[in-house]
Amino acid sequence: MLTLAILVPLLGAFALLFLPNACEQTTRRIAIGVAAVPLVLLLIVWARFDTGAGAAAFQQVATVPWIPSLGVAWRVGVDGIALAISAMSAVLFLAAIAWPAETKQRARAYYAWFLFLEAVSLGVFMALDLLLFYVFFDLSLVGMYFLIGRWGHDDAPRAALKFFVYTFAGSLAILLAILGLSLGSGSLTFDMRELIARQPLAGMDVRSALVLLGFVFGFGIKTPLFPLHTWLPPAHVNAPGPVSAILAGVLLKMGVYGLIRIPFSMMSATFARYALPLGILAVISILWGSLVALGQQDLKRRIAYTSVNHMGYAVLGVAAAGAMVASESGRQLALTGAVVEMVAHGLTTGALFLITAVFWQRAREYDMQAYGGLAQVAPRLTAAATVAAFASLGLPGLAGFVAEFQIFAGTFATYPWLAGIGLLGILITAALFLQLLQRLFFGEMQSRRASFADLCMRETLLLGVLLLLVVAIGVYPHALLAVIDSASATLVRSR
Amino acid sequence: MPLGDVLPEIAVLVTAVIGLLLASFAPMRRQWLGAPLALIGLALAGSLCAMQWSGQPRLTFSGTWALDGASIAARLIILAATAIAVLLAPEWFRHERRHGEYYSMLLLSALGAMAMAGAADTLQLVMSVLLSSVTGYTLAAWHRDWALSVEAGMKYFLIGAFANTLLMLGVALLFGLLGCTGYADMAAALTHASVSPLLLLALALAVIGVAFELGAVPVHTWLPDVAEGAPAPAAAFLTVVPKIGAALALARLLHVFPTDAIGWRPLLAAIAVATMTLGNLAALWQTDLRRLLGWSSVSQAGYALMAVTVIGASGQAMPALLFFLAGYAAANLTAFAVVVQLRGRTELADYSGLAHHRPLLAAGLTLSLLSLVGIPPLAGFVGKLTLFLATIDAGYAWLAVVAILNTVVSLFYYLRAIAPVYFHERKAAPQLLGNWAGSGVIAGVVAVLVLGLLAQALLGHWEPMALPW
Repeated sequence: MLTLAILVPLLGAFALLFLPNACEQTTRRIAIGVAAVPLVLLLIVWARFDTGAGAAAFQQVATVPWIPSLGVAWRVGVDGIALAISAMSAVLFLAAIAWPAETKQRARAYYAWFLFLEAVSLGVFMALDLLLFYVFFDLSLVGMYFLIGRWGHDDAPRAALKFFVYTFAGSLAILLAILGLSLGSGSLTFDMRELIARQPLAGMDVRSALVLLGFVFGFGIKTPLFPLHTWLPPAHVNAPGPVSAILAGVLLKMGVYGLIRIPFSMMSATFARYALPLGILAVISILWGSLVALGQQDLKRRIAYTSVNHMGYAVLGVAAAGAMVASESGRQLALTGAVVEMVAHGLTTGALFLITAVFWQRAREYDMQAYGGLAQVAPRLTAAATVAAFASLGLPGLAGFVAEFQIFAGTFATYPWLAGIGLLGILITAALFLQLLQRLFFGEMQSRRASFADLCMRETLLLGVLLLLVVAIGVYPHALLAVIDSASATLVRSR
Repeated sequence: MPLGDVLPEIAVLVTAVIGLLLASFAPMRRQWLGAPLALIGLALAGSLCAMQWSGQPRLTFSGTWALDGASIAARLIILAATAIAVLLAPEWFRHERRHGEYYSMLLLSALGAMAMAGAADTLQLVMSVLLSSVTGYTLAAWHRDWALSVEAGMKYFLIGAFANTLLMLGVALLFGLLGCTGYADMAAALTHASVSPLLLLALALAVIGVAFELGAVPVHTWLPDVAEGAPAPAAAFLTVVPKIGAALALARLLHVFPTDAIGWRPLLAAIAVATMTLGNLAALWQTDLRRLLGWSSVSQAGYALMAVTVIGASGQAMPALLFFLAGYAAANLTAFAVVVQLRGRTELADYSGLAHHRPLLAAGLTLSLLSLVGIPPLAGFVGKLTLFLATIDAGYAWLAVVAILNTVVSLFYYLRAIAPVYFHERKAAPQLLGNWAGSGVIAGVVAVLVLGLLAQALLGHWEPMALPW
C-alpha cells in the first residue's frame, strides 16, 4: 500500500515524460489524477490505522531486500507521526499540482518533476531504512533543484544552485552520521526499527556527540534552524508559487521529521543530554525568524522567514520532549504539539505561498508597498489570506493554535524560561501578519490595481480545501491528535 | 607453464594483432571493421576471465601473477570500460586513413591495465605500467596535426617518463634491499627486515610511479590536458582504464608492507586528501567541459585512494575500491560519450538549452554527472557509500569527513555543467555524430543505473576477497 503510494507518482512521472506531445490541459489532468492516488491510499491507511494501546508502532510495513551485503532494504511503514505528515504532504502536493501554473511551454517536464518530487517526499516520510531515507532525502533535493531552476523567475538558477549545494552539505552530514550510527550498532544494519530497539552508541560519549552533531547540522539546514537558514529566502523568492508551497510545506518538514525519527528515537540518551542547547537554538530561530520577517517588505520573503519562526516552535517542542527532566505527559504534549505544528504549518504556509503565486501571476510584483486596498476588488482573495494569516499567527479555533498551545504547555513543564522567551515570537508574528494584511488588502487602493482579478474558481476551490482543513484541525483536533498521540506516547514512554 | 591462467590476456593480444593486420590491408571505408572485431575480442576475453574464478585466491606464473577475486573483477571492469570506449571511435575517426590501428592500440593499452591489476611482482608491475603508458602516449597524440592533441601527448609523455623512471628506481632499490621481486617473498622478507630510510624511499618512489597512472598528486598534471586535448574517445579511455589497473596495483603493492613497521597509511591518506582537494578546487571554475571532467577525474582518483589507504585494515576496502572504480568508469565514460556524440563540443556555453533539443542526451549527461557527485541511487552513490563505510570501519572517519566536504564542493562545478543544459535557451539543435556513439551513451547510462539499482549483484559476489599472500 505505502509502496504503491511512492511508486505510482514515480512511474507517473516517467510515463509523462514519454507521453506523446499532449496539450497542457491534458497533461495537468493526468498529473492531478496520478497525484490523487497516494492521497487515496493514505486515507485508506489512515482509516485502517490502529491507535490502540497494544498496536504496533509501525504499521503497513513492507520489506524487499535491496543490498543485503550492506544491510540495506526497501523498508517502508508508518507510525502516527509519519502518517500525519505524509497525508498532509499528499494533500499539499495535490493542491500544488492542480494549481494553475505557468509551465513555460514545458508542461510535461514540469508535472513530471512535480510527481517525482511527490514520490520521493512521501518516501522520506515512509522509509523505515536509514539508507532508503537518505536516498529519498537526496532525490528530493534534485527534484526541487530542477523545479526552482527551470520554472523560477529572475535569478532562479543561482537560487537553485545555492539551495542544492547548501542542503546537499546537510544531507552528506546526515549520511556520515547515519554511517557512524549504523557502524556503532554491532552488526551492520540500516533497519530503523532494529536501531531504535538497539539504541547504538548509548555509552560512547565523544562519538555519539559527534554523530548527533552531524544529524542536528544536517537536519538543521533543512529545517532551517538559525544560523543555517540563509539558503531559504532566495530559494523561495525565485521559485514559482506552487513550488514554494511544497518547499515550505513539505521539504522543511523533512528536517524536523528527521530529528524525531533518527536522533530522538535512536539515540535518546545522547539527545536528552543535548536537548537544552537544541532548545536554545530553536528559541533563537523563533525570535530571529519573526524579527527578520517583520523587517521584510517583500511579501514572499516575509512569509519565508515566518517558516524559520514556525519550524523553531516545532524544534522547541522536539527538544522539550527529548529532555529527560519533566513528566511523561508534559513531554508527550510537546512532541505531539511539534507534529501538529508541522501539519498546520504545511497547510497554512502552503496556502500562503499559493496566495503569493496569485500576486505574481497578476502583477509580477512581491513588494507589499505596491499593493493596498485589494479587499475592494478581490474579496475572495482577502478572505483566504486572512484565514491563512490568522491560522499562521495562532488564533484559537485554527490549526496553529492547537499546535502552539501544546508545544508551549509541554515546554513550560521542561524549560519554563525558554518557553517564556519563545512566547515573544508569537507576539511578533501576530504583529507582522496583521501588518501584512493591512498593507495588502486595506487602506487606500492604488488606481493601477483596479483591474486586479480575484481568485478564479479553481484557485478558490484549492485554497478553500486547504483552509477548511486548517479550520477543521482547529475546531476538532481529536481526529489528528489520536493518530499522532499513538506515536508520541510510544516514543516518549520508551525513553 | 599454466597458459590457461592468462587466456583472457592472450585473447586481447591476439585480437590486437588481427586488428593491426586488418588495418594494414582494409581500405579506408572498411577500417571501422576494427571496432566489431575489438568488441568480439573483448567479449571473448571477458567470458574467459569470468571462468577463471575457482574460489581460491592464488598466485600463478611463479608468483608473478595474482588470480583472485580482485584481479578478475578489475579485469572485467577494464574490459567492459574498453568496450564502451571502442563504441565511441568508429565515427569520430571516420576520416582517418588508417584508424583501424586505433583499436589495436586501445586493446594493448587495456592489456597493460589488466596486467597492472594482476601484478604480484615488482618487475611485472614495471612492465605493465610501461605498456599502459607507452600506448597511452600514442592514443593521446593521435590527432598528429592538431596542436592540442600533440601537446597532450607530449605532456603525458614527459610526466610519464619521469614517473616511470622513479618507479624503476624504487623497484630496483626494493630488489636490492629485500633480494626478491615477488610480493609473497617480499612480504615474508619484510617480516624480519629492519626498516631503513632507504626502504621507505624505495616504497615512496614506487608509489609515485604507480600514482602517475592513477592521476594522483603529485603526478596528476597530465590528466586535464589529456582530457581536453586527446581525441575525445581516447580521452574517455585514458581517464578511466589506466586508473582501474593502477588503483589495484597500488593496493597490492602497499598490502605487502606491514603497517606496524612502516606507517604508510597516514601518508597515503595525505595523498588522497591532496588529490581530491586539488582536483576539486581546480575544476571549480573551468569553462571547458572536457577539462572540467579531467580535473574531476583527478579528484575521483583521490576518493579511490581512500580505499587503498585502508586496504587490509577493513574487509570492506577491496570491494569498495572495485565498486567505486566500476561506478566511476561508467559515469565518466557516459559523460565523455555525450561529448563525443555532440561532435566534441566542449565549451560549457555550447551546452545551453541542450535539454530542449536533445532531452535524452541531456539526461545522460545529467545522470553521469550526478553519479560522479554520488547522488543516489546511481552507481557513484553506492561506490562512495562503500568507500565511506570502509574508511569509517577502519578508523579513518576524518578521511570520510574530508571526502564529504570535497563532495559538496564538487557538486558546485558539476551543477555548473548541468545548469545551462536545462536553464538556458538556445535556438539551433546541435549536430550528432552517429549511432555508434549513441549506443556508447546508452551503454554508459544503463551501466550507471544498473550498478546503482542492482548493486547487490556485484557486491554479493565480492564478499570474500582476500589477497593471496
